[in-house]
Amino acid sequence: MAQLELVHPAPIDLDAPLSARGDHNIIAQMVDDGARVLDIGSGDGALITLLTREGAKARGLEIDPAKVHGCVKRGLSVVQGDADRDLAAFPSASFEYVVFSRSLQRLRDPEAALREAARIGERVIVTIANSGHWSGRFELMFGGRINKARRGREILHPMSVRDFVALARGMRMSVERAVPLSRNKPGAPFAKVLWRANWFAEEAVFLLTP
Amino acid sequence: MIHAGGAAAAKLQAAGGVRTLAFEANAALQLSSGETLSPLSIAFETYGALNAERTNAVLVCHSLTGDQFVAGPNPITGRPAWWPRIVGPGRPIDTNRFFVVCTNVLGGSMGTTGPGSPAADGQPYGLRFPPISIADTVRAQSMLVEALGIQSLFLVIGPGMGGMQALNWASAYPRRVFACATVAAAAAQSAQNIAFAELGRQAIMADPDWRNGSYLQHGVRPNKGANVARTATLIAGLPESDVRAKFDSARAKERFSFALDSAEAPRVPNGGFVDRFDANSFLYLSRAMDAFDLGADFGGRLANAFQGGATRHAVFAFTSDWRYPPEESRAVARALIAGGAETSYVEIQTEAGHDAYLGEEPAFESALTGFIDSAATARGLALHGGAG
Repeated sequence: MAQLELVHPAPIDLDAPLSARGDHNIIAQMVDDGARVLDIGSGDGALITLLTREGAKARGLEIDPAKVHGCVKRGLSVVQGDADRDLAAFPSASFEYVVFSRSLQRLRDPEAALREAARIGERVIVTIANSGHWSGRFELMFGGRINKARRGREILHPMSVRDFVALARGMRMSVERAVPLSRNKPGAPFAKVLWRANWFAEEAVFLLTP
Repeated sequence: MIHAGGAAAAKLQAAGGVRTLAFEANAALQLSSGETLSPLSIAFETYGALNAERTNAVLVCHSLTGDQFVAGPNPITGRPAWWPRIVGPGRPIDTNRFFVVCTNVLGGSMGTTGPGSPAADGQPYGLRFPPISIADTVRAQSMLVEALGIQSLFLVIGPGMGGMQALNWASAYPRRVFACATVAAAAAQSAQNIAFAELGRQAIMADPDWRNGSYLQHGVRPNKGANVARTATLIAGLPESDVRAKFDSARAKERFSFALDSAEAPRVPNGGFVDRFDANSFLYLSRAMDAFDLGADFGGRLANAFQGGATRHAVFAFTSDWRYPPEESRAVARALIAGGAETSYVEIQTEAGHDAYLGEEPAFESALTGFIDSAATARGLALHGGAG
């Protein structure tokens, strides 16, 4: 007879392609097996699916009703809600990881959300789009315009790799790992040190310890 | 098919189209009020078959004015099943796959012991029936579930008052509920709902035929009051657009007399409510709902009600529901998260109001199906086919 204790992870569609998102694959490597993960702004559930397949217990918070429907329909545990408002409901230290995969910069108050995430999770993982990338600088220099939309729309808070590192340090979070990405793949030309990553990474994934 | 092994003092009966499980005096129901209720009968319906491992049982909890006939017509009143879109072969709660149990609630009027049942002196209880709570209803259901030989339920689900029962189940018996779905419900009755219920109760008690609750002995029924009570709950469940449409159509006809108003009134479908529903049951059940506040039972912190449970939860709310607005479901979802439960929360965009759960809501049905299917897979239940 099936025991209640043996709760298996949600069923996974094995035919689904691996996440097309480079940062997802890096996040999956950062997350330990069996860890509890809260994915804030979980979208279509691609990261939750990937993490669950890798053995993590991943749950999501998503604001878009259609995306929440899609996830729940596929058996993923996703709560419809607004990260700017609802994070307070999550108990402290209830997850090993709290993830903002391209979602932090879309929030009204990223700093407040980070603070909540640091309370909820033992570690925080953030993917940011790098406004310090050379193409953005050139656009500003020659076109005179800041391109907010280069990596994903609705970025309310453009920031560069260095901006984010400064934000994290200002909040007394230490950057345990930082992985630059360009063209959806880990690594960026010359990106061995921070100032170069700030020039050449299109986005970056940070593993933070509060 | 049904194994009444759990409770030796229980015996199954079938009379007048209603199946009941009758408990002898030694299995008296302990009530929250401190009183006990005995003898106790619980009327119920089942659909589908229990599998050999007894892991595929689903308990459907009905709403205030519902009954146990969730997936088949009521043989007494002839009314159709109340949730045919959700429970049945090939439906989200697939009766080819699950063993569905639906009981008439404690205090109800469809065969379960209630104010219309005979007391020790052979006369109907009437107002001598002890006050009951949602927790008492759940305790009675758990007696039945045990008597059916089911140690743990795969799923408990319910709309409105049924959702309150489902939450109470998950809280009271976390190891006996694998998954729990709450539909258009709340963890506490709102002031507005209490007000509407009070209106209904006052209407019933103001009816001269109510006779201080002993109308059955007098061979009458407080039908007018019961109708007002039903209309009050129906109106509270209507979407604003419907109320507006009814009002506008009456106005368009430019025949706005009181006589015509009362002629329009039956357009609020009451489906023979007063004939099938005992007015005193309304008094007791609405009181039980009013008193329901799961968080208050746990030091005022709802999350504590779900602490440490392994039940997976899905909470569904309808955007135009003003009896149980999404904000109340959101509070449930937050408490579940704070209690550490695996939780999904879905808001269904609809104009259909509280009763949207009864109608055609593809987004609701598909999300519910996904939740149930993934829980079934997690429980090791086969995706298709009948009793494993």
